[in-house]
Amino acid sequence: MYDYLWLIPFFPLVGFVFNGLFGKKIRNEAVIGGIGTLMIFLSFLVSCGNFYALLQDSEKVHQRVIASWMSVGDLQVDWGFLLDPLSALMILIITGVGTLIHLYSIGYMHGETGFYRFFAYLNLFCFSMLMLVLGNNALVMFVGWEGVGLCSYLLIGYYFEKKSAGDAAKKAFVVNRIGDFGFLCGLLTLFWALGNKGVWTINFVEIAENAHLLESGGLIVTVVTLAFFLGACGKSAQIPLFTWLPDAMEGPTPVSALIHAATMVTAGVYMIGRMNGLFAMAPDTMMTIAVVGACTALFAATIGLAQNDIKRVLAYSTVSQLGYMFLAMGVGAFTAGIFHLMTHAFFKACLFLGSGSVIHGMHHGYHHAHLKDDPQDMRNMGGLRKKMPITFWTFLLSTIAIAGIPLFSGFFSKDEILWWSFGSNRGHWLLWLVGAVAAGMTAFYMFRLVFMTFFGEQRTDPRAKDHIPESGLTITIPLMVLAALAVVGGYIGIPAILGGANHIKQFLDPVFGKAIALNQIEAHGTHALEYSLMAVSVGIAVFGIFLAWVMYVKNPALPARFVASFPGLWKAVFNKWYIDELYDAVFVNNCKRIGTFLWKGFDVRIVDGIVNGTAWVVKGIGSGLRYTQTGFLHNYAMGMVVGVVVIVGYYILGK
Amino acid sequence: MISVYHYLILSAIIFSIGTFGVLTRKNAIVIFMCIELMLNSVNLTFIALSRHLQNMDGQIFVFFVMAVAAAEAAVGLALMIAFYRNRESIDTDDFNMLKW
Amino acid sequence: MADYLLSLITFFPLLGMLMLLFIPRDNAGLLKSFALAVTLITFFISLPLAFDDIFASSGAMQYREFHEWISIGSFFKMNYNIGIDGISLWLVMLTTFIMPIATLSTWKSVDKNVKGFMALLLLLETAMLGAFVSLDLFLFYIFWELMLIPMYFMIGIWGGKNRIYAAVKFFIFTAVGSLLMLVAIIYIYYYAVTAGAPIEGFGVQEFYQLGIPSGIQHWLFLAFAFSFAIKVPMFPVHTWLPDAHTEAPTAGSVILAAILLKMGTYGYIRFAIPLFPEALQTYLPYLAFLSVVGIIYGSLVAMMQDDVKKLVAYSSVAHLGFVMLGIFALNLQGMAGGIIQMVNHGISTGALFLIVGFLYERRHTRQISEFGGLAHKMPILATIFLIITFSSIGLPGTNGFVGEFLALVGAFESGLRWYAVVATTGVIFAAVYMLWMYQRVMFGKITNPENEKLKDLSVREIVLMVPLVIFVFWIGIAPNTFLSKMNPAIEQLLIQVKSQQVAVVDPVLPVIAQNLELK
Repeated sequence: MYDYLWLIPFFPLVGFVFNGLFGKKIRNEAVIGGIGTLMIFLSFLVSCGNFYALLQDSEKVHQRVIASWMSVGDLQVDWGFLLDPLSALMILIITGVGTLIHLYSIGYMHGETGFYRFFAYLNLFCFSMLMLVLGNNALVMFVGWEGVGLCSYLLIGYYFEKKSAGDAAKKAFVVNRIGDFGFLCGLLTLFWALGNKGVWTINFVEIAENAHLLESGGLIVTVVTLAFFLGACGKSAQIPLFTWLPDAMEGPTPVSALIHAATMVTAGVYMIGRMNGLFAMAPDTMMTIAVVGACTALFAATIGLAQNDIKRVLAYSTVSQLGYMFLAMGVGAFTAGIFHLMTHAFFKACLFLGSGSVIHGMHHGYHHAHLKDDPQDMRNMGGLRKKMPITFWTFLLSTIAIAGIPLFSGFFSKDEILWWSFGSNRGHWLLWLVGAVAAGMTAFYMFRLVFMTFFGEQRTDPRAKDHIPESGLTITIPLMVLAALAVVGGYIGIPAILGGANHIKQFLDPVFGKAIALNQIEAHGTHALEYSLMAVSVGIAVFGIFLAWVMYVKNPALPARFVASFPGLWKAVFNKWYIDELYDAVFVNNCKRIGTFLWKGFDVRIVDGIVNGTAWVVKGIGSGLRYTQTGFLHNYAMGMVVGVVVIVGYYILGK
Repeated sequence: MISVYHYLILSAIIFSIGTFGVLTRKNAIVIFMCIELMLNSVNLTFIALSRHLQNMDGQIFVFFVMAVAAAEAAVGLALMIAFYRNRESIDTDDFNMLKW
Repeated sequence: MADYLLSLITFFPLLGMLMLLFIPRDNAGLLKSFALAVTLITFFISLPLAFDDIFASSGAMQYREFHEWISIGSFFKMNYNIGIDGISLWLVMLTTFIMPIATLSTWKSVDKNVKGFMALLLLLETAMLGAFVSLDLFLFYIFWELMLIPMYFMIGIWGGKNRIYAAVKFFIFTAVGSLLMLVAIIYIYYYAVTAGAPIEGFGVQEFYQLGIPSGIQHWLFLAFAFSFAIKVPMFPVHTWLPDAHTEAPTAGSVILAAILLKMGTYGYIRFAIPLFPEALQTYLPYLAFLSVVGIIYGSLVAMMQDDVKKLVAYSSVAHLGFVMLGIFALNLQGMAGGIIQMVNHGISTGALFLIVGFLYERRHTRQISEFGGLAHKMPILATIFLIITFSSIGLPGTNGFVGEFLALVGAFESGLRWYAVVATTGVIFAAVYMLWMYQRVMFGKITNPENEKLKDLSVREIVLMVPLVIFVFWIGIAPNTFLSKMNPAIEQLLIQVKSQQVAVVDPVLPVIAQNLELK
């Protein structure tokens, strides 16, 4: 079975090439969308086969090399694939959620002029993402890593005639590139550092085997992991590189669901998981990751409280949830991080697709009434519960899941993270506190979203409000499947304390177990403590929901009064703490200024000044001397005679 | 007895006259003749010294000079004629186009 | 046949040029077709070189030809001495590959004095090929200077508004450098003769073995390095490049970027570094520093350009910074990266100049602000432009990445670690300026009514671009085709260089100590 690993990324590539080359000529949406969806579904089937084979297998790490990529002296890079529990889980998520979102896109993108382009890009994205998770060395991973960045660029810029879309696409790529700089630095340092110990490799398995050659907690490991973490920050939108993700919502909604919620943005988490052996050896880096993750979780949650654009709320929520995953990685709870990655993929994809369904409906209504209102503004929604029942119910279930209410998937993964951040020997109670507060905020803003959208009075323009239909089957089927997964997805990771077997922990143990054992990372505490922490976090979440209910259902005038009493705070939050403006002022504008100076100041003034100055001096001397050319024969003759007299005189008298 | 010095002094006088003529006269033909004077004064020096030193090299040089002078006269006169056709003058003050 | 293959390749364009002179000057179509045929035939007869497996196994010079040419007594001897190894092989191939494309690009853009242009084009090809295959320093110098003349006229006669200024600037910059080199060449020979070395001519491989005393090496190295630095161009002697590129006709820009600039980098590899290994040790940090400055500087300045062609020209400065950094790493990965990046730059930047040319032919402007929204009207161009843009940015899977990555790996392994870290930030800036330009040209709404009637690429233009796009991916995905044939030659070169250098401690010291020391 493992010999067919290459088929998994190959199918979407075929879809990309086909739709990219012939899609424009075909023009038939059913064929284009069908092929796009079929290709990713085929790779889902192959992934299932491989996953099943791996479950049965006692040997958990399999590598398959297709061809040599670069071979220069010590540097040997292969086009190779790696299947282990971690990548097996990831390919299932990517192809599974990917298939659903492809299906959804057929309905959602119906009638778009760039329909073929969209599916081609989406397939290309799946290809890159699968390369990212399946690569058996850091460079193949980097191919996927940059490839998903490219697809993100193309898909955010899908509506390229909009300036905001073009800007957002560019911003996403450039910010990601800052991360890539970190990735490259980490990779190169690692290659050189291991090479100095006699092992020239960038193969993940070999890195894991030889990581012990480097000094644990030493400078090299810390630098390498910090550099990699910078890469992860860029891709997974962590402080300080998170600003691109909210802007990325300019892309079509399925893109937000697939790329900017379920898969691509989790690549950073995956990468840390993939290199857990190195990260576990660098406690300083781990602490940095945990702190950055916790701060991002809280920070993004505060911004999410005040946004009115339905997709922006979800975007900040994604940033916040990614912060949780990093918190988990930072405190050594690798399994919990990957677990949350999975549950998040389910409920956040469902939420995004649900919001897409709402936007689709709103757009339909406005289109029908010939209005130009913003179909994404929640202030224009309300009461959609009855108009779009399926969307509502799936959305509600996913919201409960993300809020961390017991028995839903988000509860298990989030609670595991919170427990580790408190109890782990790499954790701290402050991290737990920040995480718990952020969890409360998450519950609040997510229910605020639900209440504003689906409950209360319908605030839509009266001309449009009766023309908001429930979406079609291609849209609702993925919603239902994802909602179901969002509910039950957590049952593979029920912790022992709640009587579960924690299957996912056992499944991922071959990947993480060694590093955790080697570096003695463990969470300890009494059962009573664990229970009470669980109760506290659930209590905070319930309180958040209650507050949202009070403010947005029971007494809708409250938020306005609250805003009036804290205008400055509200304004800062609403404007995302002015981070974009800060970056513009500090980095962007200064870069432009330096560029202009170097060009007009240095190149034109100094270098060309010297060159042209030399030319001017020569020219000046020449133009002075040319006046000796009077044109009169006598003057020249006189000059000759004088010259001869002087020279002869010198020889006669000088001697 | 006429010594070699007489020849040299004569040749110096002729050379000076020639030089003076080249510098002061404006008629190109006269300038031309003055140049011939200068050349011939040099020839005279060559011959005189050749005889004085009992060495034939000077006389060989004189042949060269005469050949060059002849060529020069041919080219120079041709130039004069060409110039006269354009300007109807051979006054050197009219030869002033080749300047800054 | 094989004995004279290199000469045939080198002088076939010259032969073509002589035949071209008999074609009537008003028959532009025939002139262009003839020139295209000549360049294509040159390409095809050079193909056997690329498929010769000898390069994968041996780093020595192949296809050697040696004839005595000029000898004055026993004192002065100059030979016709040519040959290629795995390094020059790819530059020769790049030249013969780019020339037909450049010729085809003139179809619509050159209409004044076609005969002269085509003749110069062919003359230029011979000069460039000659410079890449010469193994005799004097012969090299002749070809090196010969390149200047056609390029000077191409810019000066067929260029844009400011062409005379640009042509003179180009000429003076390069001539200053080459004169210094000439002096140095003569001095090496003089040294060899006076030192009593058994020298037959200016053979560069014999000069390698001279062991010139380090005091003399310094001056000679500086002369060579300066001359090549101007051609590369390295910061701060790069300012001729933007002007020359902006004013040159499309074909001229393509050749200038794709091949002529490689003369400088090639000169370092073949001459400056192996001839003066000891002096190199002294100046290496400074040169590496200038390379890194070039990367950052070129990127920052490129970012602010409002003329597409100037932007691409400044991006060349940045790309060649990577090439130089790789070369100065003086190890296998770095050198291989530098050489691959030379080829890459030829392909990507050549393609970018072609694209700018397409836009210019349609709109007669290169101002970015005049464009916008072109993706609506020219989807094929938009796609090809995007591929080339990302190749220039260095996206993995395209050629740009392989070169940059190898150069950086090399730099990291050598003592240039901190330079490499700074150079790596170049990948960020590359994305900034290229994507910003792409966005302003292709994205958005069409605001300028003149852009409404633009036509997408014609078949001829697509034919031009497709081979370049193929190589973008070929080098990106399977670079071993190229790497395997250059590795032996690089290894041999490095052995030659290292054997003459004062022993350097290998970086086995702990990182910190090493890094502090480097500061």
